[in-house]
Amino acid sequence: MSELRELYQEVILDHSKKPRNKRRPETVYRKAEGHNPLCGDRVTVYVSVEDGEIRDVSFEGSGCAISTASASMMTEILRGKSVARARAIFERFHDLVTGRGDRPRDDELGKLAVFAGVRDFPIRVKCATLPWHTVRAALDTEDETVTTE
Amino acid sequence: MRALRESDRVQGSAYDVERIRRDFPILGQKVHGKPLVYLDNAATTQKPRRVLDAIRRHYGTQCSNVHRGVHLLSQKATAAYEGARERTREFLGARDAREIVFLRGTTEAINLVAQAWGRRNVREGDEILITGMEHHSNIVPWQMLRDETGAVLRVVPITDRGEIDLDAYRRMLSPRTRIVAAVHVSNALGTVNPVHDIVHLARMRGIPVLVDGAQAVGHQRVDVADLDCEFYAFSGHKMYGPTGIGVLYSKLPVLEAMPPWQGGGDMIASVTFEKTTYNQVPHRFEAGTPDIAGAVGLGAAIDYLDALGMDRVASYEAELLDHAVDAISSVPGVRVVGLPRHRAGVVSFTVDGVHPHDVGTVLDMEGVAVRAGHHCAQPVMERFGVPATARASFGVYNTRAEIDALIAGLSRVREMFA
Repeated sequence: MSELRELYQEVILDHSKKPRNKRRPETVYRKAEGHNPLCGDRVTVYVSVEDGEIRDVSFEGSGCAISTASASMMTEILRGKSVARARAIFERFHDLVTGRGDRPRDDELGKLAVFAGVRDFPIRVKCATLPWHTVRAALDTEDETVTTE
Repeated sequence: MRALRESDRVQGSAYDVERIRRDFPILGQKVHGKPLVYLDNAATTQKPRRVLDAIRRHYGTQCSNVHRGVHLLSQKATAAYEGARERTREFLGARDAREIVFLRGTTEAINLVAQAWGRRNVREGDEILITGMEHHSNIVPWQMLRDETGAVLRVVPITDRGEIDLDAYRRMLSPRTRIVAAVHVSNALGTVNPVHDIVHLARMRGIPVLVDGAQAVGHQRVDVADLDCEFYAFSGHKMYGPTGIGVLYSKLPVLEAMPPWQGGGDMIASVTFEKTTYNQVPHRFEAGTPDIAGAVGLGAAIDYLDALGMDRVASYEAELLDHAVDAISSVPGVRVVGLPRHRAGVVSFTVDGVHPHDVGTVLDMEGVAVRAGHHCAQPVMERFGVPATARASFGVYNTRAEIDALIAGLSRVREMFA
């Protein structure tokens, strides 16, 4: 059970049940769609960037608890960050959930550290990273579909 | 004769599931510290010792290539390989062992028909008729044929219960229909389709039918002569045999009229640089060294099932499945997807507010192995308005106690995500 609790932390369950910033913005500046062919999950991420800074980020879609919570918490942490900083956070986050390298210190990822339990469930890594792959695609281009394959 | 006597003997006794479980070494293990409850039999079944021993014995005592050596081992291997073909013929009720083509599995069998038969017989404007509950492997090969030939792919709708709409099927059979391809038992919903009606209605109009029997053969008696379809495809690994071996049954005249598919050794009679004469059926469709050990394993799986008795297997599983459907649908917040009147092997379900992947992960930690996803049947998921389902699927060794474990696991899921 402890492994399962480690995966489904209270914060993750809370965000999966009440996702934050799950909406389509009035004006769509940049967006991307992500698709996980393994489970059929789809997510659309919207971002608006001004002067290299993420002003708004939100998402729509349906997915499992891990991917929904990941998308929700991602939108919270990325708002107000520079694009460069966003990319760096994704790198850290990716290392965290795949178990590569050292476990990042909590202060680097803030609340995202709750996703550390994902490393013990390799099949679920893609669930956690799908929103991040998608936001990266949204930042890079417009109207582009990415997959986590 | 030996198998028949053995079958008769077991036929007379009660269905002893505990004894059957002991035939499957893998079932004794624990996962995440819990006893394994294996409910993913529609994906692949576990293998009894009889199959494992047959494969080991083949490699240990008679490993050799088939159809070409004059030496003793090659003769033994050939006899074992062709013996498995004869065993398969008998099991399926086919008339002639030449009607049994060994391939990698159901997918390869359907591709063979779509390519070898389809290219010769399907033209622009012709119609290929499939159903709305096909596995991707009975959709994509026909789409490929459609794209190559300019034919039209039509899809018979399924009802809210998850059954084929037979009236629609009847109406959709047209003078342009060149082939019907339909699944015997749905891997996503468990529906047992009225394949006799499907075949009969098509054959009255002279239209050949391919039946995808992947989820049927290990669960009920299948008699291809009685069914009278042109093609029947299935996989060994879903009926307690090894992976990598499968079967295409086809009527002899149909097979003989089919051009070869893959070229290579074993499928030829003679080769010069100017001209090649092709081998007889079924060898014409078995280019290259076949999965000899796989065929031997399949033969052993058939022996195993025959000894259990397919009718007894079917009635045991039907009772177990009824119980499973009742138990699963009585869990609050759990919805069974598809309510076919005839069901075999499979229950698909969703849990309110919980994604099937999360259901699968929590159940796995309880030792219960189910499939979560679209089951390679995305059109079925779309039809029922769900992105995915969790699926429990059963085999000869599953028990009521295992269904209790599944139900306990589902309570755990609800607790966690409440």
